[in-house]
Amino acid sequence: MPQSMHLGDSKAAEINAVSIGKTFGAFHALKNLSLDIGRGEFLTLLGPSGSGKTTFLMILAGFTAPTTGRLVMDGQDITNIPAEDRSYGMVFQGYALFPHLTVEQNIAFPLKVRGRSAADIKRKVGEMVARVGLGGHEKKLPAKLSGGQQQRVALARALVFEPAVLLLDEPFSALDKNLREMMQQEVKRLHQETGTTFVFVTHDQSEALALSSRVAIFNHGELLQVGRPQDVYERPANRFVAEFLGEINLLPLDTVSLEGDRAAGKFEERTIVLNRTMPMTGPNAVAAIRPEHMVICTEPQAADRNAITCRVEGATYFGASTKYHLTTRSGTSLAVSMPTAATSPIAPQTDVWVSWPMHQGFLLPAGS
Amino acid sequence: MPAKSATSRKIMLLAPLLLFLGLAYVVPFLGVVRWSFTLPEPGLGQYRALFTDPLVQSVFFRTLRICLIVTAASLTMAYAIAYVWVRGSSLQRTLAEFCILVPFWISVLTRAFGWLAMLSNRGLINTWLQSAGIIAEPLALARNEFGVIIGMTHFLIPFAVFPIASAMRSIDERVLLAARGMGASRTRIFWTIFVPLTYGGLIGAALIVFVFALGFFVTPAILGGGRSVMVAELVYLRIFQSPDWGLGAAISVVLVLFIGILLALMRRFIKPAHLVG
Ligand SMILES: Nc1ncnc2c1ncn2[C@@H]1O[C@H](COP(=O)(O)OP(=O)(O)O)[C@@H](O)[C@H]1O
Ligand SMILES: [Mg+2]
Repeated sequence: MPQSMHLGDSKAAEINAVSIGKTFGAFHALKNLSLDIGRGEFLTLLGPSGSGKTTFLMILAGFTAPTTGRLVMDGQDITNIPAEDRSYGMVFQGYALFPHLTVEQNIAFPLKVRGRSAADIKRKVGEMVARVGLGGHEKKLPAKLSGGQQQRVALARALVFEPAVLLLDEPFSALDKNLREMMQQEVKRLHQETGTTFVFVTHDQSEALALSSRVAIFNHGELLQVGRPQDVYERPANRFVAEFLGEINLLPLDTVSLEGDRAAGKFEERTIVLNRTMPMTGPNAVAAIRPEHMVICTEPQAADRNAITCRVEGATYFGASTKYHLTTRSGTSLAVSMPTAATSPIAPQTDVWVSWPMHQGFLLPAGS
Repeated sequence: MPAKSATSRKIMLLAPLLLFLGLAYVVPFLGVVRWSFTLPEPGLGQYRALFTDPLVQSVFFRTLRICLIVTAASLTMAYAIAYVWVRGSSLQRTLAEFCILVPFWISVLTRAFGWLAMLSNRGLINTWLQSAGIIAEPLALARNEFGVIIGMTHFLIPFAVFPIASAMRSIDERVLLAARGMGASRTRIFWTIFVPLTYGGLIGAALIVFVFALGFFVTPAILGGGRSVMVAELVYLRIFQSPDWGLGAAISVVLVLFIGILLALMRRFIKPAHLVG
């Protein structure tokens, strides 16, 4: 393969990771990981710190070789092609700008590497500076910029050469909340405008759900589930995914029986009906319900809802929503989140009913 | 105020050192300054001589020339050693560390005589080359400027390694990865990213080596064999051999002023902590 060949010159690429494994000494950082990344999609790798997200991204970029497995891009095996020839755009954790080069020179660097003409470079850099809103800062060194501005330089530099894939490693983890939300919208817009395949790493579940066309959830070097944000949030494959994506109430059930795509079981002598999302392993299981799907009411409601009796322990006010902390008769604790505007305050120690639509709970296997 | 008392406590701790430096260097140097204006008779005569005496002039220019060559040679080699030390495999790192530290255990005198044994007319190199039939007459490797430059460069390389290695160590690895990810070749990354990010270390190393080199005495005296006298040796000769204390003192004062200016420059470019790596 000729050295000068840049694979990243097509617009957006499709990548298949096949049984990727990575060990550091005896430590398995990635275990038999297979993942198909679609052309032009916005895929987020989500997982706790140390789950192998960066390692996987480094393998995609070509900075690290996998111990086992293959990478295929647009049907071509690229496992042994080094990073400089894959030439994907990359935004590193901490931005990794060239500290001795100005904003303009940073953005021009990948174009210079490609031997573009001076006029071409000037035009492209100008376009990119305008697109990420850095006008007026062209001649500044990175150290003179705010965190958000450095972030924009990193994005501009990674996108200016129209790479087939853009990889982003926790790009917003150092920004404060408002700036982070602004940058999220910006990245989403850049994705739509460029049509490039984005692979985005984060440990922030709300960021993952807000941005992605699909989310891949990592834990301990394993890929636990891949799916659209609604799928992984509402139909998690296991308890880890369910809990990692947001707060969830877990009610232990016994004498579970299955009917079609529904499951029914007993919790404190009341029958609970749920979606069945996974094969059962035994008669015991856990009902999982998100706090925002439950409501507090004074009597059990319609036939298509589950209801249990609880006692209110307290409430936390979040502005738009209020979260109530409750316990069931057997002492299981529960959280219910309701729009503040739709409720009147409930005093602690009040006995109430908590109900939720049958289709919004799902069954998870018992045990960890 | 706590901040103030902390500062005064630090000054108290430094007091013995300041006292020692004052007694050992400042007071005697003030004496030297006085000589330069009073010997053999009061006036600026010695300083006028500095700018007119052809011998003094030639020694100044030789010193400057040798110091510049030694600085360039030391920096080039120190850069390579620092690179291996910071970015090499663990075996390479150990070897580099060994090469940097061992010279510190051998005195400057021993090293000068060691080079004499290598470079002199009947030294190892000439003997080998002659017995191999490559040369008929011995090459003039020692007792000249070439020998002095070799000996001084060898001595000064480790001092240049520390600031350069320190600058290399503080480069963020991800910056280099980023350049690779954009398709840059290793050569391009080295010259357009890596080297510019070590400029601070290079300037610091250049100043240290140059300042040290200016005051070199033993190495030029032994390897130069009296034929390439440098400033420090000239001072020695004026004071101990041709009793001309006034001129010797004036040369010292000019040398100290020049070094003072260079050190002030150095402080502007690098933090003192970086000098020791
Ligand atoms: N070069 C390496 N050598 C040894 N262990 C490593 C190396 N890189 C990563 N690891 C380990 O692999 C695991 C996954 O790391 P990483 O991919 O950085 O996780 P994440 O990005 O999800 O936080 C961690 O336990 C980390 O300590
Ligand atoms: Mg990481």
